[in-house]
Amino acid sequence: MQTNFSAELLKDPAMQASEEILRTCVHCGFCTATCPTYVLLGDELDSPRGRIYQIKDMFENEKPASADVVKHVDRCLSCLSCMTTCPSGVHYMHLVDHARAYIEETHDRGVLDKMMRSVLAFVLPYPSRFRWSLYGAMIGKPFAPLLRLIPGIGPRLAAMLALAPSTVAPRSALEGPRTIAAKGERTARVAILSGCAQRVLQPGTNDATIELLTRMGVEIVLPEGEGCCGALVHHMGNETASHAQAAQNVDAWTREIEGEGLDAIIITASGCGTTVKDYGFMFRDDPAYAEKAAKVSDLTKDITEFLEGMDLPEAVVETDAVLAYHSACSMQHGQQIKTAPQKLLKRSGFKVKDVPEGHLCCGSAGVYNIMQPEIASELKVRKVKNIESVEPDVIATGNIGCITQIGSGTDTPILHTVELINWVTGGVRPGALEDVILPGERKAGENPFLAAAE
Amino acid sequence: MTLIAMPEADPTVLARRADIVKELKRFLPETSIIVSEDERRAYDTDALTAYRQLPMVVVLPETTEQVSEILGFCNAEGIKVVARGAGTSLAGGALPAEDAIVIGVSKMNQVLDVDFDNRTARVQAGITNIGISNAVAHAGFFYAPDPSSQLACTIAGNVAMNSGGAHCLKYGVTTNNVLGVKAVLIDGTVVEVGGDWLDAAGYDWLGLLIGSEGQLAIVTEVTVRLLRTAEGARPILLGFDRVETAGACVSDIIASGIIPVAIEYMDKPAIKVCESFAHAGYPLDVEALLIVEVEGSDDEIEFYLDKITAIAEKHAPQSLKVSQSEAESAAIWKGRKAAFGAIGRVSDYMCMDGTIPTGQLPHVLKRISEICESYDLGVANIFHAGDGNLHPLVLYNMNDPAEMVKVEECGAEILKLCVEVGGCLTGEHGVGIEKRELMTHQFDQVDLDQQMALKGVFDPQWLLNPAKVFPLANRPKPAQTGQRVAA
Repeated sequence: MQTNFSAELLKDPAMQASEEILRTCVHCGFCTATCPTYVLLGDELDSPRGRIYQIKDMFENEKPASADVVKHVDRCLSCLSCMTTCPSGVHYMHLVDHARAYIEETHDRGVLDKMMRSVLAFVLPYPSRFRWSLYGAMIGKPFAPLLRLIPGIGPRLAAMLALAPSTVAPRSALEGPRTIAAKGERTARVAILSGCAQRVLQPGTNDATIELLTRMGVEIVLPEGEGCCGALVHHMGNETASHAQAAQNVDAWTREIEGEGLDAIIITASGCGTTVKDYGFMFRDDPAYAEKAAKVSDLTKDITEFLEGMDLPEAVVETDAVLAYHSACSMQHGQQIKTAPQKLLKRSGFKVKDVPEGHLCCGSAGVYNIMQPEIASELKVRKVKNIESVEPDVIATGNIGCITQIGSGTDTPILHTVELINWVTGGVRPGALEDVILPGERKAGENPFLAAAE
Repeated sequence: MTLIAMPEADPTVLARRADIVKELKRFLPETSIIVSEDERRAYDTDALTAYRQLPMVVVLPETTEQVSEILGFCNAEGIKVVARGAGTSLAGGALPAEDAIVIGVSKMNQVLDVDFDNRTARVQAGITNIGISNAVAHAGFFYAPDPSSQLACTIAGNVAMNSGGAHCLKYGVTTNNVLGVKAVLIDGTVVEVGGDWLDAAGYDWLGLLIGSEGQLAIVTEVTVRLLRTAEGARPILLGFDRVETAGACVSDIIASGIIPVAIEYMDKPAIKVCESFAHAGYPLDVEALLIVEVEGSDDEIEFYLDKITAIAEKHAPQSLKVSQSEAESAAIWKGRKAAFGAIGRVSDYMCMDGTIPTGQLPHVLKRISEICESYDLGVANIFHAGDGNLHPLVLYNMNDPAEMVKVEECGAEILKLCVEVGGCLTGEHGVGIEKRELMTHQFDQVDLDQQMALKGVFDPQWLLNPAKVFPLANRPKPAQTGQRVAA
């Protein structure tokens, strides 16, 4: 596409990067077709191509972000389905990230919107604050219908309460910082991102990862000083905060890399994985961090990517369960991991089914389901309908956001891939399956008919 | 700047803009009217971004009734109208005018009715081309025309441009696969043309509307013919060390009487880029690649592949490879269908669209390289070789105004060449804005006058899709505001 940036403007490295991205777009429109908001709203302005055009106009004319442009950029889920579709290789993620930061600089959102964002940024990335807020949400839940009536932020508050679990999970016994030794001969040493929201909502995911990996001979370190990956504030355009959080993690992991060494940095929430894999780009112009951040991004692997090439422990549980695999956007689009989780689940004995319209987001998208409750809830209904069309006994996915979002719309148990793999290979039974017996569930090698008869 | 002029916007219409918006709100919800400049900007072009015009207003109606009200209003007020599907036109077919209302049909994207017994489907015009096939795939059916933009382009746009696609060699283009339409005339009258049958009594109105580039009416519903999906299909990749040899091989395959589903052509620059996107296993060391696809039962596929192989071998192909799996076939087509976009990775381009008799392929391909070379511009060739529909992508730097003029001149010369060798200016992209001034090379003034007389019957004030298709010179004087379509 033709661009018209002044030479002065292009001295800003961020603008230069965005101009290069815009130049690769040929405006073919393919991206519109796979964009969830365009599919729902049918308006070019709510499609990637339309947003790219609005961002281009705003940047090259050095306009402060208008309320209209903000509306359409805010509606973007950052699901990155457009990047999978784009034949021209337009790096939409970097462009929209830049636009979000530009919006925060040039647009006044008003008191209520700003307050909402500040509260989310203050609470979500910090596990203890988040845990306390969940207790608060438990008390507030019955008042959700009333809160919805508050003009402006009512629907958002109600959406937030609706998403909060009705009980708060106990803290994991394995919370860091600590090192957990491999069982048997050590074959690798990895760090696992403890993360923020996930370890409060689903501590079982990282516990299962630790149990599985140590059984496979992997030593695990939960390093001192790591925290939220920065994605939550990054997607709200708060670059200062996201870079600070990212830098803290780069420092924590670099100490390990330079100390006893790391073979990988394992991420168990694909939303975080997409961001950590982008640290290299984030710090590209920062002489103190560029190299370290690139190294970190290089070492980062989703847990299923890490497991893909390895021998899993022998299965001790078998089932005849039909499993719907929901590929999180950050998995299939953000990280372009398209088959590893499904293959692992098949190797673990599940009848894996892909979900129709699998490329469309479930509406979770970080804090999107709180900030844009209407679109998010339409997407959730559509996603659940698609998942239920394959009549699954269990749903697996690789991202805590999707687990919360989809879980709030279906009775079918939904859990992280690694929890299932850990369980069938001899680890603990996942919390989500505590009160559920899957069809044909039996000890490995047992006659399924006899097992059923018992 | 550019060779293609847009007429001056009518200041009296622009002056009434606020009132016009107010009137539109009478029959449209707020979410269907786009007014602010920031928002209209995103609608100022289609996939031919070299040309841009900020529209006066954009409306996104949700029903035929709303389209009817809008058109009735525009006709009474003498306001120009540009219809828009998904905005994927490569000829500027959906380019707005500054004093026009853009009517986008993208919110009307539902399947209304599927009749498997009679193999038809009735859909709203804003559904994507692939959306139709996706909706009937579970029952083993598909909608045949498959423009490369089928993922995104709408059936509305397909009808307007009589779109084709790779598989049209066997199945024909849009006009061969659409049975009926519901359309709104400029005065708001809703008409139904055609129906569930293959041919209707009387004049072929449907044939007239299909390919009329949004200049006669706005289509809101389409009844399409569904076809049974073949038992199987398999492409073969044929690589040649000379462009002309590939062209000769295509001519021979067609001349032998075999009708493959598709014969697609890519030259070296295109192969390289598409391979890096699709990882399809295209040979990278050849000058020209043919993708020939056959379909049917296993025996049928074997039989045709043998015949095609025998023909190809006479031309000593540098490489010859049959797809071994569904995944490989899918990757082969993914690369081809995304080719235009993928070229965007390396350069800006102007995508040409002309058709020639297949026997002329070797000569024309050679001339295209010579023409582009004489302008010092690169070219990548990607096209439907089987039906002689060429798409040279002339590469240039869009940020350089001098190259912009050069690419227009170069493109015009290529299209004139197509006409010279007995072909035509458009294959499937339509005339739009891009080829408007070249129409005089295809038709003499008598031909054009007849076509324009017909346009005037449907649209006496010349309000529909203005400044497209016919050269700006020698147009008839439009009727004045208030005159209605002849009953």
